[in-house]
Amino acid sequence: MEKNGFAYSDIIHRCFRCGYCKFPVNWSDVNNCPPYARFRMESYSCGGRLWLTRAWLEDRLPWSEHFADILYSCTTCKNCVVKCPLRFNVDIINMVVAARGEMVERGKVPAGVKIFLQNVELHGNPYGSAKSNRDKWAEGLELEPYRGQEFLLYIGCTGSYDTRAQLAARALAVVLGRAGVSFGVLGADENCDGNEVHNLGEMGLYEMLAEENIAAFRKLGVRKVITLSPHAFNVMKNRYPENGADFEVFHYTRILNDLIAAGKLDMSREFSASVTYHDPCFLGRWNDEYEAPREILKALPGAQLVEMDKVRDSAVCCGGGGGNFCINLLGGSESSPARRRVREAEQTGAGVLAVACPKCLIMLEDAVKAEGLEERLIVRDVAEIIISLSRPA
Amino acid sequence: MDRIREALVHIVDEEHVSNLAEELFIYSFDLGTAEPQPPDYVVAPRTTEQIREILRLANSEKIPVVPLGGGLSLAGLAVPEKGGILIDLKRMDSILEVHEDGCYAVLECGVSQGQLTAYLEKHHPTLTHSEPGAPPAATLVGNIVIHGQGDLSHPYGFNSDAVNGLEVVLPTGEVCRFGSIAVGAGWFTNHPLPDVGLFLGWSGTTGIVTKLSIKLFPAKRIRGVGRFVVDDEELVPEILHKLTHTQMAEDIIAFSSAIPPFASGLQTFSVNLAADSEKELEFKQELIWDDTLGEYIRRGDGAYLGFQRGLDRPQISKTSDYRKGGGFEYVGSIMPIKTYPECYRAGRKISERHGIPYTVTGRCIGPGHGMMFAWTYAFNRADPETIIQARQALHETDNLVLDLGGVIWKPGIYGQKLLIERLDPGTRELMGRIKDLLDPNGIMNPGNWEVR
Repeated sequence: MEKNGFAYSDIIHRCFRCGYCKFPVNWSDVNNCPPYARFRMESYSCGGRLWLTRAWLEDRLPWSEHFADILYSCTTCKNCVVKCPLRFNVDIINMVVAARGEMVERGKVPAGVKIFLQNVELHGNPYGSAKSNRDKWAEGLELEPYRGQEFLLYIGCTGSYDTRAQLAARALAVVLGRAGVSFGVLGADENCDGNEVHNLGEMGLYEMLAEENIAAFRKLGVRKVITLSPHAFNVMKNRYPENGADFEVFHYTRILNDLIAAGKLDMSREFSASVTYHDPCFLGRWNDEYEAPREILKALPGAQLVEMDKVRDSAVCCGGGGGNFCINLLGGSESSPARRRVREAEQTGAGVLAVACPKCLIMLEDAVKAEGLEERLIVRDVAEIIISLSRPA
Repeated sequence: MDRIREALVHIVDEEHVSNLAEELFIYSFDLGTAEPQPPDYVVAPRTTEQIREILRLANSEKIPVVPLGGGLSLAGLAVPEKGGILIDLKRMDSILEVHEDGCYAVLECGVSQGQLTAYLEKHHPTLTHSEPGAPPAATLVGNIVIHGQGDLSHPYGFNSDAVNGLEVVLPTGEVCRFGSIAVGAGWFTNHPLPDVGLFLGWSGTTGIVTKLSIKLFPAKRIRGVGRFVVDDEELVPEILHKLTHTQMAEDIIAFSSAIPPFASGLQTFSVNLAADSEKELEFKQELIWDDTLGEYIRRGDGAYLGFQRGLDRPQISKTSDYRKGGGFEYVGSIMPIKTYPECYRAGRKISERHGIPYTVTGRCIGPGHGMMFAWTYAFNRADPETIIQARQALHETDNLVLDLGGVIWKPGIYGQKLLIERLDPGTRELMGRIKDLLDPNGIMNPGNWEVR
């Protein structure tokens, strides 16, 4: 039955396909599983994916490009893990990732996945941009390279290369600087964190990235890391220790919230807007951080935080996880997760959709354009909102 | 390109039509023990008009059609026994109207029971519906077309008794409406027009229900569940009758199971109570636990296990994981309440014969008019032998139901054949004529209810 030691052969048959995994906690619709919401075929549901995977592993179903697309359309958002009532639920994403590992072993992955992984291997980022361009996001900011400051500010691939996400990265660096935080950056020496590489099933490449990053951090004496991206936060906090990492990792929202509480951030300007907040999967469901971003938004002078119907562990994924911010197996439709999410945000009446993840930022901003909501809803990273309030020292 | 696929794509769209191996594989399965049979095409339409066109196409081409809702009947009712076009109806999931004064909701056929629950809690908190014991993904239309029950079946009967009206696409493509909506009077009642109840209980063999008007019921401010236990199954019928006589409960269930071991052999009652005030709740609690069940406690025959506020919704899929096997199926039946002891004992024997931990449940329907009694058999999806064992146990239980004077609820094909053998000849002939009239080419869910 096993193929190359698939580690979950004794579990994968336990999915009953009851469908709880499609729902938010209040059962209001079946659109919380991003691929199922996008395609509305049982094959794209979490249970369908597991049943197909089992059939493939047992040679009852041949590999096909379509099956590979189904497997890789999972954004690893973890809604299924949280909603499944059965005891094996903690291993649902692990099974998906392990099955992807089987596909990687055979070199049979979707073309977009192959390109993503090749680019990370060759350039240290999924976009295929040169390594030497990695520090372009910080041009003109005159940030210090890391040389023993209290924190290393780790930006990640999206914040480093995506022109929209670069603005969030710059905002965060400036805000930290204005608050007097002691930090440095790696600039062009920064490398991919590997969170997506792991979840795409390329374990060899992931191990290499993790070990290289850990070694580089250790050589520099890094003890504390601030990440822009919840994806980097997740992998460094939860997976790097398996490879020997012993540094502390913070998502920037926790740091900013502490700075606000300590009165170290200038919050004197009014932010007279109604704001709704989108929980990133790798901050919320993966790391149980729901409060820090909300505390920041509640502290905005003049702002009103209005919640969407589906929040916290019922938040709808933007569709960018599992590399789909780049591979994009879920795009091209009004049923795409990001478009669903911005419609939910628009229904709150908020003028600002706040995010705390560069991948969510680009996914949701594109969706606002696709939905024609630019006049009513703007997408801003929390760091961008904070910088709009504070004055240069 | 496949001509039929091309036609289906023309009717719906490219993304919601498939004849690829992955979709044919997934849609070939029931979640229970039924043998898989693949469809030739899977289509997920969005509108009644699209369903009309699909049925016209299928009828002209004489291609079988299998409608699928939540796919949770566990009786193999949507397994494409003879291939054809499987229609996944879950994209038609709009709640079209909730009429608060008239206490009814109009739904498309893909609305899940969880979706309606959430919608009512948010927008109409004084109203509720009779929630099936199924997972939230079960569709309301799927539940009513199999004559499902729910957690308000004691006061209000079968969920199919809550139908106010239907929109149905006939196998030949015509659209019909039934109930008051048929004369343009809104969706508020199913009576008193001539009875044309041709679509409930027919397992999708006479048409596809596309819209449903369903009665809603008062949602009391406080809801909770109390439990009571006895060790003698012979006491269960009289206790159920006494409980139903009070007319104080929303739901009354008796159950017994081999797991956990300390509960094996005990008969536990769960009684849902609801009230708008503490005073009302106190009155109902006193009437149920003290006045009605107190005598059993005093005699040492029973024990009160406490009352918990809030509805502890059953997560029936957990049954599938009792032995880490991922599967279970049950035989449901509609039985006289007096048969509970024999249902329990005989079911337990069947389970033990097949090496399966027993689980039996009886839910009161109406004030003592009957109960839905279910025997559940778990199996290991990775062990074909346990599937065969469970299937044999299910078939034995189908026969048991009839031997005990009951009727199999949502029978699979095996149970349908048992029932057809016993059908009154006149009824059987009438069913055949109805089927011939509505579905002249026999395209609708073939293999089911084949009375000819």
